[in-house]
Amino acid sequence: MLQYKNHLEKLAKLKVKEISLIENVQTFLDKIELNKDLNAFNFVFEDALEQAKIVEEKIFNGTYGKLAGMVIAIKDVLAIKDKPLTCSSKILENFNSVYTATAIQKLIDEDAIIIGKTNCDEFAMGSSNENSAFGKVLNPIDKTRVPGGSSGGSAVAVAANLCDVSLGTDTGGSIRQPASFCGIFGLKPTYGRVSRYGLTAFASSFDTIGPFANNVEDIALILSVLSGKDEFDSTSKEIDIPNFLELLNEKNKIKIGIPQEFFGEGLNEEIKNIIQKKIDFLSQNEKIEFVDIHLPHNQYSIATYYILTTAEASANLQRYDGVRYGVRDKNQNELDEMYTQTRSNGFGKEVKRRIMLGTYVLSSGYYDAYYTKAQKVRRLIQEDFQNAFKKVDVILTPTSPFTAFKIGEKLSNPLEMYLSDIYTTSANLAGIPGISIPVGNDSNGLPIGLQLLANQFNEALLLQTAKKLIHKINE
Amino acid sequence: MSVTKNEVEHIAKLAKLKFNENEIDEYTTQLNQILTYVDKLNELDTENIKPLLHPVDGENVFREDVQKKSISTEDALKNTLYKTDKYFKVPKVIK
Repeated sequence: MLQYKNHLEKLAKLKVKEISLIENVQTFLDKIELNKDLNAFNFVFEDALEQAKIVEEKIFNGTYGKLAGMVIAIKDVLAIKDKPLTCSSKILENFNSVYTATAIQKLIDEDAIIIGKTNCDEFAMGSSNENSAFGKVLNPIDKTRVPGGSSGGSAVAVAANLCDVSLGTDTGGSIRQPASFCGIFGLKPTYGRVSRYGLTAFASSFDTIGPFANNVEDIALILSVLSGKDEFDSTSKEIDIPNFLELLNEKNKIKIGIPQEFFGEGLNEEIKNIIQKKIDFLSQNEKIEFVDIHLPHNQYSIATYYILTTAEASANLQRYDGVRYGVRDKNQNELDEMYTQTRSNGFGKEVKRRIMLGTYVLSSGYYDAYYTKAQKVRRLIQEDFQNAFKKVDVILTPTSPFTAFKIGEKLSNPLEMYLSDIYTTSANLAGIPGISIPVGNDSNGLPIGLQLLANQFNEALLLQTAKKLIHKINE
Repeated sequence: MSVTKNEVEHIAKLAKLKFNENEIDEYTTQLNQILTYVDKLNELDTENIKPLLHPVDGENVFREDVQKKSISTEDALKNTLYKTDKYFKVPKVIK
């Protein structure tokens, strides 16, 4: 569809004027308009065209950044100065950011072009992108199905070629699961690899920012730009930033662990068979070794995740009281009533449900039984991974137990919706990086994603493995 | 553990949320479903396990106490309709 297979090729073509950046951006804008029914964007930035002129000039002058001309869509939970930031919530309907998130500033500094902000589940809470004040997002592969969530709009924007790359956020699978449902690549970096400054907080000890792309090269390139310590986020880590792109082609022998617990009950048979076939095929390669491993506490990950993240969310979302921003209920003369009405009118159903659960598990008398208990189990889950990475380099699992489901199918049963993240939340609990890569389709033509996990701050090996596997599979 | 309608009403108050009768019923049912599911954690003996507060090891972050520019009062007031030239306005608290 596009005239290039990754950013480096695009940049080369821009340099020799084989592609015009202005035409390229215009084509994306036209396509966004044409595919409005997908509802992937909350806001489209027409000023991207002016930006394209400036960047094209820089390319011709030879003074351009690493991402010059890369057209990027941003999940609407990240701040860009003087642009709307709604988190797909009614309560932030009129909000405009007064500063720019560090991650976004880094993209801009490298001459990327921001084309708009994408739809998502309200405050990034959801697995289907059906919980949005802007309405649901459709899966471009089958419009009767969900794109996954919460970064559904960002996944669709890339899958439908409405931009080159997009940013999403991943608190429990919100990048990897929609990447898998839409047949593209999606990376959740190590917690602390990318600054969270300017990311609207959902669950602060889980939230990460990462890219979606059509290829591993762009994921590697953009990760090296996003990474690094930031004085505005004390949890961002001072640690070496490898040249992820250059390291992609390292030809090391890789030992991959297959956790038996991820291939048992609940996994769709077709997905299981297709992934098993890929493993059998890849085993013939002498540089790839597969070994069975165990992550015995993964069965507790969803329970642990929903206690801890809702607790953190209930605290983080206290700030939406209508005082300094947000849509205030103007009919109230009592302060307390004003808070309550503002929040009750402004938040959607799922957000309220999570605030309620979080408030409950933190409330007096239940704190130790739920919150402290879950923090202890979080350690057990992390230790499972630490033990596993003593034996293997990378872990391979399905990304999701099923392919994209029908719109509305899981809306009436929150617990069933939560269980769709059964293979992804453990990476956030342990703080490790994970990527979903597209490895085939089921009999309905719906994409199947394969998840790779690596130890903390080992994205280089994670991306190398992703590249090696996808290369072999497509050979 | 299970949660009663009264408790749900109490939690709503703590969370500064208001629900109608139907919603309280719905949330009571759903919270109970979720709480029954998370009770699964009690299968595990965690007596001697230390709680994990944060996924990545961190150290205290210190910096020099230097005054830096923050966002301006004007910018801070941009996102509300309820303000004076310098302050946010809220309903009267002291009567």
